[in-house]
Amino acid sequence: MSNDAVLHGDAVVLPHSGVHHGEHHEHHHHETFITKYVFSQDHKMIAKQFLITGMVWAVIGGLMSVLFRLQLGYPDATFPWLEDILGKWAKGGRISAEAYYALVTTHGTVLVFFVLTAGLSGTFANFLIPLQVGARDMASPMMNMLSYWFFLAASVVMLSSIFVETGPFSGGWTAYPPLSALGDASPGSKTGMDLWLTSMALFVVSQLLAGINYISTVLNLRTKGMSMTRLPLTIWALFFTAVLGLLSFPVLFSGFILLIFDRNFGTSFYLSDIFIASTNKALPNEGGSAILYQHLFWFLGHPEVYIILLPAMGMVSEILSTNARKPIFGYMAMIGSLFAIAILAFLVWAHHMFVTGLNPFLGSIFVLLTLLIAVPSAIKVFNWLTTLWRGNIRFTPGMLFAIGFVSLFISGGLTGIWLGNSALDIHLHDTYFVIAHFHIVMGVASMFGMFAGIYHWYPKMYGRYMNNTLGYIHFWLTMIGAYLIFWPMHYEGLAGMPRRYYDYSVWESFKQFAELNKFISTVVIIVFAVQLLFLFNFFYSIFKGRKVTTLNPWGSTTLEWTTPIHPGHGNWVGEIPEVHRWAYDYGKDGQEFIPQTQPVGEHESHH
Amino acid sequence: MFGSGKEVDTQSSARSNLRFRTRKTYNLQRTKYNVQLRKNLNVMIMSTVTSPERKRIHPHKFTMWLALGSIIMMFAALTSAYIVKKEQSNWLLFPLPKIFWYSTLVILFSSLTMFLSAKAFKARDMVKYRTLITLTAVLGILFGALQWTGFTDLQLHGVKIFGVGSNASASFLGIIVGLHVVHVLGGVIALLVLFFRAFSNKQKIYSPVPVEIVSTYWHFVDILWIYLFIFLSFVNR
Repeated sequence: MSNDAVLHGDAVVLPHSGVHHGEHHEHHHHETFITKYVFSQDHKMIAKQFLITGMVWAVIGGLMSVLFRLQLGYPDATFPWLEDILGKWAKGGRISAEAYYALVTTHGTVLVFFVLTAGLSGTFANFLIPLQVGARDMASPMMNMLSYWFFLAASVVMLSSIFVETGPFSGGWTAYPPLSALGDASPGSKTGMDLWLTSMALFVVSQLLAGINYISTVLNLRTKGMSMTRLPLTIWALFFTAVLGLLSFPVLFSGFILLIFDRNFGTSFYLSDIFIASTNKALPNEGGSAILYQHLFWFLGHPEVYIILLPAMGMVSEILSTNARKPIFGYMAMIGSLFAIAILAFLVWAHHMFVTGLNPFLGSIFVLLTLLIAVPSAIKVFNWLTTLWRGNIRFTPGMLFAIGFVSLFISGGLTGIWLGNSALDIHLHDTYFVIAHFHIVMGVASMFGMFAGIYHWYPKMYGRYMNNTLGYIHFWLTMIGAYLIFWPMHYEGLAGMPRRYYDYSVWESFKQFAELNKFISTVVIIVFAVQLLFLFNFFYSIFKGRKVTTLNPWGSTTLEWTTPIHPGHGNWVGEIPEVHRWAYDYGKDGQEFIPQTQPVGEHESHH
Repeated sequence: MFGSGKEVDTQSSARSNLRFRTRKTYNLQRTKYNVQLRKNLNVMIMSTVTSPERKRIHPHKFTMWLALGSIIMMFAALTSAYIVKKEQSNWLLFPLPKIFWYSTLVILFSSLTMFLSAKAFKARDMVKYRTLITLTAVLGILFGALQWTGFTDLQLHGVKIFGVGSNASASFLGIIVGLHVVHVLGGVIALLVLFFRAFSNKQKIYSPVPVEIVSTYWHFVDILWIYLFIFLSFVNR
């Protein structure tokens, strides 16, 4: 099946001949503003739509964390301006308990799903898959466009939930019943939860449409010569991400369906023997099991962690290799470890449930499977470090963020070994230790992967560079800030400080952390401000950044750098280049790099 | 070389000029490679490299198979949840409605008509094709109606599916069978689209791909029902 048959006849293959091709413009069809920027079916434009929508959410979600950190750092202070912007949610300038829980919940949902799933894999899977495998577009550009529009619809619904009278959902991003199943349980469980469920259902549809497309494109639309083992690691990572999403999001959807029936149609899947104090009523539901929801949720929830992390791993591998001017160390081991992580991702969900009364024998099996993930993770870390080892490193902002990712992944991964042991987890469960662990290893690390990807592929996206100086400031302050924020939380967690509490100052045992919390909150504000610097750099550079003048500014081997500086819909003028080698021929036979399109010479050494 | 950017003078102000030169150098290089490739051709390279001559599955068909994978996961989740919940307290045991046997026959028969209609399409026997897809769609709707009758029958015998006083066992049945019916009706809509396209005078469709995709989906929901029916019959004994 040729690449071109599925494009709508617009990007016709030009006959391969020596005739004058100069007048062929890469836009084969006339594009209006609407078809180019709004209802675009070009994967590159859809990628930018995902990216910018994700950035909007990152600002909203980040701002929410600043607000609840104000409460945690300065529980006794009042900020009259808070009442101006939040109204009744911050009466007298202090965030109310309901608002605090709503902020925490929405921060989690937004960052996990909208920023680090849609914003990260949505952006880079769309942008890089067709460009790096050598395809003119996705297998189904139409479905690809729909995927973005479902995401946008989910975004609009989620955003609207912030503005309803009873507030957004406030029972935690995991939406455990009964808080999520009973409208009377809390103000946020009313309309806010209905909107949350609607939004998440739309989001699942968006992810399924996207994932199906990514897999189909990687497996079916590779250019001539692009065997699976010649693919850049970005594509392998995005491929496994899509497989994870495709197999785990439907399970979440099933869990949501049961939840919707419990909420609205009086069934008893999750609800049992409940007396609600606010209405002074006993519920008729009997025999339900709240744990059942946790199984269904975490069967998605754990793969979701890798859905967030794998794209970052793939991009980091690619960026490290390119900027160390060395082949990636252990290419096949990298693929193997990605594969192992993808398999294990489905077999460890119950480590989120060690304290639910899980059978200890079953728990020990999940401990074993969880700790097994350390093996592929360690292989990856080893390969990243050996790729850097004695490399001719160029410290571009993208490269710095990639190295930062490796640092954070090690720091956060090590505490994963602690938490994977049920004996330790029973003590550390739901403490700040967990917060520190997953924010470093999954949250900040993946954000770093995303930043690395943005800085690295920005020249391909917009034909301009971002400002390097601002990039360096952004990196160093974010890197230092991230450690300053999350490192101290380990100590708070070890001391037993639980997460999700509104005010620690009333607890004698946690009063010792008052100054530390104040410190963390101050750093949060600074780091958030630094991200605004990044946003300025991003948007300013779209219009005013230094122009890219060479096709291949990073001296990279992969196919995306063989397209014109401003590729049109269809990516390549004329035929799609043929691939003759793997993606990591850096520093081979005395040459700095050999593009994938260059045939293997007669006297070339084997890799 | 197109990719290295060395031969391409990117400082050139006229972009069309640039494109022309890129193209020209590229073609020149291409010819060189082809000569060289033919020299170096060996079996090992050919086996590792995907060639366009290889018969590959149509991307849209492949996409459908992936979608089926996610539908399988959805029902796998529900049936797993069913088993987990069943092992806990308060599980109502009741026999499945007898009418499910008839709906099973109907959906099996509809698979046959679907298969024959796809065959008729490929033989360009359009009258037979239209009749058969219409019949398939009607059988799909009949299947939905029979399932509905099954549930009203259960209600009549005092098994409450949803609402106050319902048992999770019956609610599970309602949700699993209901979601399956929704998937069958989705197939009916796809058949209707095919039906109207077959009557369209604007363009004639020769590609068998859409029919084959719908056919795959239809057989899938058939097999899915067989699985669910066996599962519900045996697990709930």
